[in-house]
Amino acid sequence: MIPPAFDYHAPTSVGEAIGLLARLGGDARVLAGGHSLLPMMKLRFAQPGHLVDLNRISALRGIREEGGVIRIGAMTTEHELIAFRLLQEKLPLLPEAARQIGDPQVRNRGTLGGDLAHGDPANDHPAIAIALDATFVLEGPKGPRTVKAEDFFLGLYLTALAEDEILTEIRAAPFAPGTGWAYDKLKRKTGDWATAAAAVVLRLEAGKVAYARIALTNVAATALRAVDAEQALLGRPLDEAAIRDAMARARAICDPAEDLRGDAAYKTAMAGEMLRRALGHAAERCR
Amino acid sequence: MNAPIDRAAALAGIGQPRLRKEDARFVQGKGRYVDDIKLPGMVHMDIVRSPLAHARIKRIDKSAALAVPGVIAVLTAEDLKPLKLHWMPTLAGDVQAVLADGKVHFQMQEVAVVIAEDRYSAADGVEAVAVEYEELPVLVDALKALEPDAPVLREDLAGKTEGAHGRRLHPNHIFTWEAGDQAAADAAFEAAPVRVEEALFYPRVHPCPLETCGCVAAFDPVRGELTTYMTSQAPHVVRTVVSMLSGLPESKVRIVSPDIGGGFGNKVGVYPGYVCAIVASIVLGRPVKWIEDRIENLSSTAFARDYHMKGELAATADGRITGLRVHVVADHGAFDAMASPSKYPAGLFHVCSGAYDIPAAYARVDGVYTNKAPGGVAYRCSFRVTEAVYLIERLIDVLAQKLNIDKAEIRMRNFIRKEQFPYRSAFGLEYDSGDYAAALRKVLDAVVYPALRAEQAAKRADPASPSLMGIGLTTFTEVVGAGPTTSCDILGVGMFDSCEIRVHPTGSAIARMGTISQGQGHQTTYAQIVATELGIPSEEVQVEEGDTSTAPYGLGTYGSRSTPVGGAAVAMAARKIHAKAKKIAAHLLEVSEADLEWELDRFKVRGDPGRSKTMKDIAWAAYHEPPPGLEPGLEAVHYYDPPNFTFPFGAYLCVVDITKATGEVQVRRFYALDDCGTRINPMIIEGQIHGGLTEGFAVAMGQKLDFDAQGNILGNTLLDYFLPTAVETPRWETDYTVTPSPHHPLGAKGVAESPHVGSIPCFSSAVADAFAHLGVTHLEMPHTAYRVWQTCRELKLAA
Amino acid sequence: MAKQLIRVKVNGRDIERAVEPRLLLVHFLREELDLTGTHIGCETSHCGACTVDLDGRSVKSCTVLAVQCDGAEVATVEGLAQGGVLHAVQEGFYQEHGLQCGFCTPGMLMRAYRLLQENPDPTEEEVRAGMSGNLCRCTGYQNIVKAVLYAAAKLREAHKAEEKIAA
Repeated sequence: MIPPAFDYHAPTSVGEAIGLLARLGGDARVLAGGHSLLPMMKLRFAQPGHLVDLNRISALRGIREEGGVIRIGAMTTEHELIAFRLLQEKLPLLPEAARQIGDPQVRNRGTLGGDLAHGDPANDHPAIAIALDATFVLEGPKGPRTVKAEDFFLGLYLTALAEDEILTEIRAAPFAPGTGWAYDKLKRKTGDWATAAAAVVLRLEAGKVAYARIALTNVAATALRAVDAEQALLGRPLDEAAIRDAMARARAICDPAEDLRGDAAYKTAMAGEMLRRALGHAAERCR
Repeated sequence: MNAPIDRAAALAGIGQPRLRKEDARFVQGKGRYVDDIKLPGMVHMDIVRSPLAHARIKRIDKSAALAVPGVIAVLTAEDLKPLKLHWMPTLAGDVQAVLADGKVHFQMQEVAVVIAEDRYSAADGVEAVAVEYEELPVLVDALKALEPDAPVLREDLAGKTEGAHGRRLHPNHIFTWEAGDQAAADAAFEAAPVRVEEALFYPRVHPCPLETCGCVAAFDPVRGELTTYMTSQAPHVVRTVVSMLSGLPESKVRIVSPDIGGGFGNKVGVYPGYVCAIVASIVLGRPVKWIEDRIENLSSTAFARDYHMKGELAATADGRITGLRVHVVADHGAFDAMASPSKYPAGLFHVCSGAYDIPAAYARVDGVYTNKAPGGVAYRCSFRVTEAVYLIERLIDVLAQKLNIDKAEIRMRNFIRKEQFPYRSAFGLEYDSGDYAAALRKVLDAVVYPALRAEQAAKRADPASPSLMGIGLTTFTEVVGAGPTTSCDILGVGMFDSCEIRVHPTGSAIARMGTISQGQGHQTTYAQIVATELGIPSEEVQVEEGDTSTAPYGLGTYGSRSTPVGGAAVAMAARKIHAKAKKIAAHLLEVSEADLEWELDRFKVRGDPGRSKTMKDIAWAAYHEPPPGLEPGLEAVHYYDPPNFTFPFGAYLCVVDITKATGEVQVRRFYALDDCGTRINPMIIEGQIHGGLTEGFAVAMGQKLDFDAQGNILGNTLLDYFLPTAVETPRWETDYTVTPSPHHPLGAKGVAESPHVGSIPCFSSAVADAFAHLGVTHLEMPHTAYRVWQTCRELKLAA
Repeated sequence: MAKQLIRVKVNGRDIERAVEPRLLLVHFLREELDLTGTHIGCETSHCGACTVDLDGRSVKSCTVLAVQCDGAEVATVEGLAQGGVLHAVQEGFYQEHGLQCGFCTPGMLMRAYRLLQENPDPTEEEVRAGMSGNLCRCTGYQNIVKAVLYAAAKLREAHKAEEKIAA
């Protein structure tokens, strides 16, 4: 399995990278961690004439808190998401999800931005970003613009990112005190994509759900925000009836494609089960 | 150092957990695998494969490929025809297209090869070969192969009503093979008060060693000699086949199996890639390297299993089995490339009466062609033994369930008893030795079986429990060490194996073998046998195998035959040397041989403990002052023709917990007791058992090569094909008993395949057991969460 | 598709080569530098046989381009032993029978080497998780886990001894 020939570009600034994309047009692909793109190229499913490698742009790496917002460079690796104390303290859903992606070596290369920009509904970060109500910064020849995570994923491998744009930063608000979170993912083995997975951000007040944000992985052409399921929980105690209600509403929006992981019925049911697990785990952490 | 206990320790012979000799190179990255070999002027070959499962080839256009920089040549069947190498014989008496001759019979079939200066150019060349196809109807379902209107696959066999194994009943039929006594079995069923039957599908799986197949073929046009480095589990047989195919004298063909990165049956056969690389090397006069990628390995080189089995048991009301009937439809793919002793088209499937004393039995296997990759290899098992053991172990569980007798108890009632050995089964196999009941009792005691059943009963009584608990049990016997040359051969060559030992003047030794290790640690264990037999420290015994120019002819390593056959050859060769050494010692000590006794590493004069000669002394004398009339030197060769197979056995128990809502199966406990007779290196045995159990776990819980209706292979990368990591793999508990083989010179039986053979039905037994109280008798493998959930849903255990 | 010049430090040795951009790191090591200890098992970044150390992190060299390593430090299994003395992970695999066919072993060793720097005192669970990017078909991992724990203990002892000397 050998990739086809291409020209390689390693810009050191975002501006340089955008310039390259503008110049090279549709024949160029952005290279982040490479763990989706390079295998696709080896299989010759993708045959770009140019690769624009973002790995040497230091401005795209790192995590910081600024003005009450956590800002994460798009080229931050999964390993860094797990290792950074700031995230463990303020946005622990991200490291929890990152730990369930790939394997140690893959997490050393795979990046947050690459996972999101690929537009693959099987990737885990789209649902996490939606659950975090994150904002993405996209930069192109006309400068930066922001898009809400919920509005970014348009279809299978289809995102709001234009051909000459780069996803540069992911922004999200730190969790308020008392916030519970969980990402529960059913997979066949280490390194697999989710059969189904659910991300939950939850706050309880006086024993009732005061805030719930729910997103699902790999049960439709894009990651899904389960708004109806969230609504079903608000204002209610997180009891069996409420959970069942949320599960049913989450299942109702699933439209998964059958593959070796299971048929639509299984994946839909598992989306519900993962939601049950995630709600349980999130609730435990609310205390 | 003179106390026997110290000398025994210094020998590190049989029974010692000796650390492995081969590890020094492997832990330093200095192994030499086939892809590590680089020869001057070497070029690379890559293969154009069919995207379709069944199609006529209308046209192959090489021109664009030949224009790719670095591409040297493109070969198709048309180019091989003048050499009569476009088809080749298989090990099973069929023929297989080397490169598709007018039509393709399975997806990923070899259509053309591209030879280029480097592997990157070769890959580009493959992309550039244009092939035009005309699609044909595809046959995927083996059970439909013999229907009157089924698409005919093998047009090359048109009109041939006789195959290598007798009459063919249909154009897609390969053979019918029968064993046992049908009339006796039918009579047993008619008389039986109790009968059970179960249809069992054993899915197509792949051995998937971590190293794929490959070779470097180097033809020397000046000397007219062909050297091929190859990932082969049977280099000598390959040399014979290559000589027959190429017309080169066998003396001018050298096959070298270098270090092999796992085989598990995948590397027994001769694949088109090898043949093409050899042809290319002969044509170009340059060394040609071909290395499969993983997708090619999973899609085109030999698969295992794919047996559609129907089994029936007849029994008395108290659970004594009186009869067994089996019918199998065996899917061999597009060409019958099964690797098995030639006279056994269904391998040793007739061990399917298992560890039980069954008076009447009959089995019939029908092999059929389908539009899938050819093969039918033994994946970490003796030929078709995994299928056989799966069948009988599942059936006896079904019988137990029907009669409401505990699984352990029904086995106890049916075991061949210790005093019945040697035992002739209803299928005619002579089991050498065993003590099945003792093995099972030891396991039941170790796990406190009644407590497990009590826990399970409590769980079943609680409908609110989110999980199910299943207890699996298997008590199996294998039949390994093929085999006696009276019944076992490969292409006419008897399945003996060989050893040549040379003791050097200074007392160290080299042993050369006809087998070839793929991780089994032969360099370590064979040396231990020599150490015990000849009193030469194993550290001073060099073991070499795999090079047909230096090693004696042997049939290779598969079917757990290295210890039963190769190990026996070591012992027998050593004993020849021992006998000569005794003559020399008698001469040196000026006594008669009858006055000598052997102690570890020396001959002592009986009754005169001060007088002795060590093997070191004797070796020097053999070259320096041999007794008059005795040839100088100290060496021997032995070709060991085993009088019988050996029959290792075991008792395994597995506990699983199943989450009703998701179908996830967690292996809580797995206890494996093995009896492989005499244990040569306990450390290596335990390692082999861990590995076999893990491969068994993978097969039972996730491996399956599936196809869609168009014959597209599904899941042929390691993303989908289930190789568990350290996280998914259960913790193994191992145990043993020792029941030596009476006919093996060391009493040893072979071990590495038992854990694979024995564990797979044990996992299935456990998963089915979890649902047994709800009337479930059997569930098809693999037991993925998805499939188990479907059962949960049908039983209203899951939403 | 012009070749590009790269400078890489491999096992402490400075290397300068012109490479095709599509050349994979694993092929660069095996074919250009003849460091054949690093193996290829799946090519889709699942098996880990090609694991090497890249700037202090374990990576699968079948899914990294050689050009991406310009200016980087790479360590392979050939660089583990120092001065003819096996590294503790190599000794652990030998002592605990952590290998059979040896094909996965270099990747396992390189991953274990890095894992023990990231976590010098791992639990069995942490070893299993930390090694989960490496497949083995022979051993069933039980002895690999033991081998890594053996190496961890040995490295901790060596570290303690060093601290004593320093004190």
